[in-house]
Amino acid sequence: MGVLEEQIDQWRTYLRRRQAIHAVDVAELEDHLREQISMLTDSGLEDDEAFLVAVKRIGDLDSLSREFAREHSERLWKQLVLPVGNAARDPGSQTNALVAFGFAMAAAIAIKLPGLFGIPLDPDAEGGGIFYALNLSLFVLPFLAGYFVWKRGDARPPRLAWLVAGFAAAAVVVNVYPITDSSSTLGLLALHLPIALWLLVGIAYAGTRWSEVAGRMDFIRFSGELFIYYVLIALGGGLLTAFTAMVFYAIGIEVEYFIQAWLIPCGAMGAVVVGAWLVEAKQSVVENMAPVLTRLFTPLFTLMLLAFLGALVFTGRGIDLEREVLIGFDLLLVVVLSLLLYSVSARDPHAPPSVYDWVQVLLVVCALLADTVALWAISARIAEFGVSPNRAAALGMNLILLVNLAWSAVLYTRFLRGQSSFASLERWQTNYLPVYAGWAATVVVVFPPIFRFI
Amino acid sequence: MDINKDLIAASSTPLVLAILTEADSYGYAILQRVRELSGGRIAWTDGMLYPVLHRLERLGHIESRWEVADSGRRRKYYGITTGGRAHLADERRQWQTVDETLRGIWRFTIAAPAAPLLLGA
Repeated sequence: MGVLEEQIDQWRTYLRRRQAIHAVDVAELEDHLREQISMLTDSGLEDDEAFLVAVKRIGDLDSLSREFAREHSERLWKQLVLPVGNAARDPGSQTNALVAFGFAMAAAIAIKLPGLFGIPLDPDAEGGGIFYALNLSLFVLPFLAGYFVWKRGDARPPRLAWLVAGFAAAAVVVNVYPITDSSSTLGLLALHLPIALWLLVGIAYAGTRWSEVAGRMDFIRFSGELFIYYVLIALGGGLLTAFTAMVFYAIGIEVEYFIQAWLIPCGAMGAVVVGAWLVEAKQSVVENMAPVLTRLFTPLFTLMLLAFLGALVFTGRGIDLEREVLIGFDLLLVVVLSLLLYSVSARDPHAPPSVYDWVQVLLVVCALLADTVALWAISARIAEFGVSPNRAAALGMNLILLVNLAWSAVLYTRFLRGQSSFASLERWQTNYLPVYAGWAATVVVVFPPIFRFI
Repeated sequence: MDINKDLIAASSTPLVLAILTEADSYGYAILQRVRELSGGRIAWTDGMLYPVLHRLERLGHIESRWEVADSGRRRKYYGITTGGRAHLADERRQWQTVDETLRGIWRFTIAAPAAPLLLGA
């Protein structure tokens, strides 16, 4: 029996090396293997013969682990690495990198082009600040979308036409509206246009899979990972900038102009495309990091919110609600929503609910309570001072987030109690995406005329 | 007789669900039951059953639990859920439609499935 145990040990070790097959699956397969072996030895085979037959019947490990990866893509986030259907078109990684850098360069050059037509990048200069604030996302997102259209090999005319039309319409709208430095709609447009256009990037990203829940869910993950990568690149870029300034200063050459006019704007634009390429090429890096970050910060955010609610009740203070504060609460809901999404999507759906899951629910409930207080305060303020474009936009976004988060919490609780599958939470979340883009587009297109471009 | 992969894949869901309506079961026993029912004509690569089971579990059609079997080993058992039964009923209607349609057309075709068997015998 000793030899057999050794062989099974080896087989188990071999199986464990496969990323897609988790320890719990290995245990299940091992039980299968042992049952098969004992059946075969009962019918007269020797141990080693039985082992060979049983291993062969389980199937070859490559196709097996591919099947596991396909089924458990949610814990691998690797659907896109797998050849899903269109294996024929798989541009080599080198071509891919070259094209990605090409698009990054194009974005970096695009931000400098208006300068040729006398629109200075300097925010203090006449006309410059407004133009760049409004058009910033239009310098980079079309290139990002273009990269994905190329990468997915999905340049079918109707889809491409919609993408081009979307970007073109956005460019016309923001530049035709008579918006001035003092318009309060300026900030609104600058903030909401990227949100609306991000949907176009998503459509380009998911390609033909946009109609599938899994395709849109991938896009949500991609967005989070791109954000993490972008922050990392920005940190590195900051270091590079600081050292550039330092070493040239040491030899008495002033490089401030180069840094402000070229390095930072071109780098910031190009980094978006480079970050997107990194997410695709090196998925496993962030895949391991995002769950760790959410694990770490979910309890901390929960504590913070509990302390806040406690203080609110204990001191009886109302929230002093400036517009900035409501936008702050919007951001808080975004953070809580992403903590929920990323930890849930990295979670093993078959694992029994743990304390951590209930912390997650507690976090969402606290955020909802805190936000309700904020909403109450903003309503009072609108009743007292009337509707301003900023208040209306912040309020609208807040309500959309609130609905999203509240229903997600309900679905998550049901999932934990085993009353529904995780798929329903994913479906809800992915179907909700267009609501954000729709609202953002409404703010961009409809708000300025309604509020007479004030 | 080799049954093509697409057919095997398509029939795996109703087959597994139907077997689990008989009683809760585990991977090895499910495979045995498939062999028995098909007279050995439907043979799955053993390992491939597990991703199928996991998918059905994710969709909420079946649920699993670990138990200690008579052999003393931990074993993962699967049981069908209410949703799974409803899904099975739905699948069954679909397969019946396909089956009836095919039967309709078989009557008009010349090559009867029995012919090769006779030649072989």
